[in-house]
Amino acid sequence: MARITMREAISQALWEEMERDPNVFIMGQEVGVWGGTYAVTKGFYDHFGPERVKDTPIAEAAIVGGAIGAALTGLRPVAELMTINFAFVAMDHIVNEAAKFHYMFGGQMVLPMVIRTVGGGGRQLGATHSQTPDAIFAHFPGLKVVAPGTPADAKGLLKASIRSNDPVLFIEHATLYQSRGEVPEGDYTVPIGKSVVQRPGKDLTLVTYSKMLEVSTKAADLLSKEGIEVEIVDLRTLRPLDMEPVLESFKKTNRAVVVEEGWKSYGVGSEVAARIYEEAFDYVDAPIKRVAQMEVPLPYNRTLEQIALPKVEDVVTAVKEVLDA
Amino acid sequence: MDKSEHLRLYREMVVIRLLEEKAAELYQQGKIGGFLHLYIGQEAVSTGLISVRKPEDRVITAYRDHGVAINCGVSSRAVMAELLGKVTGTSRGKGGSMHLADVSKNFWGGHAIVGAHLPVAAGLALGDQYQKNNAVTICMFGDGATNIGFFHEALNLSKVWNLPVLWVCENNQYGMGTSVDRASAVNEIAQKALGYGMPSRRVDGMNFMAVRQVAGEMIEQIRSGSGPMMLEVITYRFRGHSMGDPERYRKPQEVHQWEENDPIGIYRRYLIAENIATEVELNEEDDKALHEILDATQFAENSPEPGIEELTRHVYYEE
Repeated sequence: MARITMREAISQALWEEMERDPNVFIMGQEVGVWGGTYAVTKGFYDHFGPERVKDTPIAEAAIVGGAIGAALTGLRPVAELMTINFAFVAMDHIVNEAAKFHYMFGGQMVLPMVIRTVGGGGRQLGATHSQTPDAIFAHFPGLKVVAPGTPADAKGLLKASIRSNDPVLFIEHATLYQSRGEVPEGDYTVPIGKSVVQRPGKDLTLVTYSKMLEVSTKAADLLSKEGIEVEIVDLRTLRPLDMEPVLESFKKTNRAVVVEEGWKSYGVGSEVAARIYEEAFDYVDAPIKRVAQMEVPLPYNRTLEQIALPKVEDVVTAVKEVLDA
Repeated sequence: MDKSEHLRLYREMVVIRLLEEKAAELYQQGKIGGFLHLYIGQEAVSTGLISVRKPEDRVITAYRDHGVAINCGVSSRAVMAELLGKVTGTSRGKGGSMHLADVSKNFWGGHAIVGAHLPVAAGLALGDQYQKNNAVTICMFGDGATNIGFFHEALNLSKVWNLPVLWVCENNQYGMGTSVDRASAVNEIAQKALGYGMPSRRVDGMNFMAVRQVAGEMIEQIRSGSGPMMLEVITYRFRGHSMGDPERYRKPQEVHQWEENDPIGIYRRYLIAENIATEVELNEEDDKALHEILDATQFAENSPEPGIEELTRHVYYEE
């Protein structure tokens, strides 16, 4: 096991898949000569050449639409959208084309493509560049939505996404690139659509994913010092959503908090809580709580932005409230 | 082109016309649901274009797609069955009129979001370029699509990457009920290609031979590496935008004037004048076309509905 950063893990996944399969190529803004806005594809252009590391114009519909067309011809494009905020410009191609073609044309069109993008706030980029709209994309059948929280999962899930024959929206988090973790040696994949227990515990089930896994883990450390052991379930994939580990954990703890970075209304927490109520109502000992972003566009001001984002203290407070209920 | 090829293509145009007329009838009987956009009046455009494509050349179009499907070699049975929502249809009854496709015939749909298939077309051509296939993608769209951002992103990308695409604007004068001069900054759509450093041509879309000639030249230029080009085809739809069109935006006289330029009539007169075929021979082709459509209709009506298992199939790829 090597201890590497999330950036290195994602970069390794891309590199290894491109070495493995000549049909895999990258297209997006600044992926080539620049080396990737977040330096994920640094060195790729020189090694793989301009045919396989394609710089595009700033034209998101052309990036995603172009990837769809290339995928239809049997290639495996990895299209990069610089941030998920720009995915709205390509919304039609993500939800009306990528998510629909396989079904709408009776199974004859296959789209083995990945859209890599970056979400999340906390970097003072203002309201248009700081969003976590993951739930919106997870709304659409036909699309797979993956959002890893550890380097090992990021590498394995990205490899699985590239090998998948479905369109996958792969959401990275801007403030996780420097986070470190153990990553298995050699070639491995992590299956799409499988949630996992990241930390065992007996008192309460904390359901989360992506950046909020880090926040939730810090909260769990603090709670542990007070004798409270929470079990953390990392969703990893938002669609298809695997509720099994969540329900299994909940049936043991009977209490849950769901932590997400996006807005609470119509969010991931709403979905997970509703599913628990629907599928494990007899096990509910206390109302489920959701920790999420305040319902405001994120402000530029550092203090205000930090107040609006879910924090370790928010998770700790929510856990205690549910345990006291 | 030899005589049998002329007769085949003439018959193809008649098949499209009769299929559309039959579809209108079935729509009025409530047997076809949703929207139905008829191609009547524009048959020479796709027939001319596709008559010069090679099997490896890809075709993709908008939602006025029945004729294009026929020209690509999709059977009238499969088209009619899709219109009736049957499992024997091109898309197993899950696509409908606007979403016909047959990948095995290199016909990539059938797309109903205006302009959205243009970036996809660029991607198809990118796939061929990447795999070093010597193929051209023929992307058809209406005049209305040239006013949406997708058009501009796709044309720009195709030129920047020198992609083998023939962009074909079927200018039928109206985007739904809004005429070109009310919606587009330039009346001559071909001028828009200038902004992307792309050669363009205009052709009379009511004249099959003219479309075929110009399209053939452009496709071969693109195949030899010229980069993308744009063709504006001047045409007219004799029917409304869709079946539910009150047609308040144009006068009956205007429609009648265009109807005198019926593309099938023009081709027919050409074939007789050039002594390629006789009136009798062409009537025989008309009869064959009629029989084909009657057979297709019967096939479609007798075909089974998709079973309940089709509802949840193909959401995701199944190994």
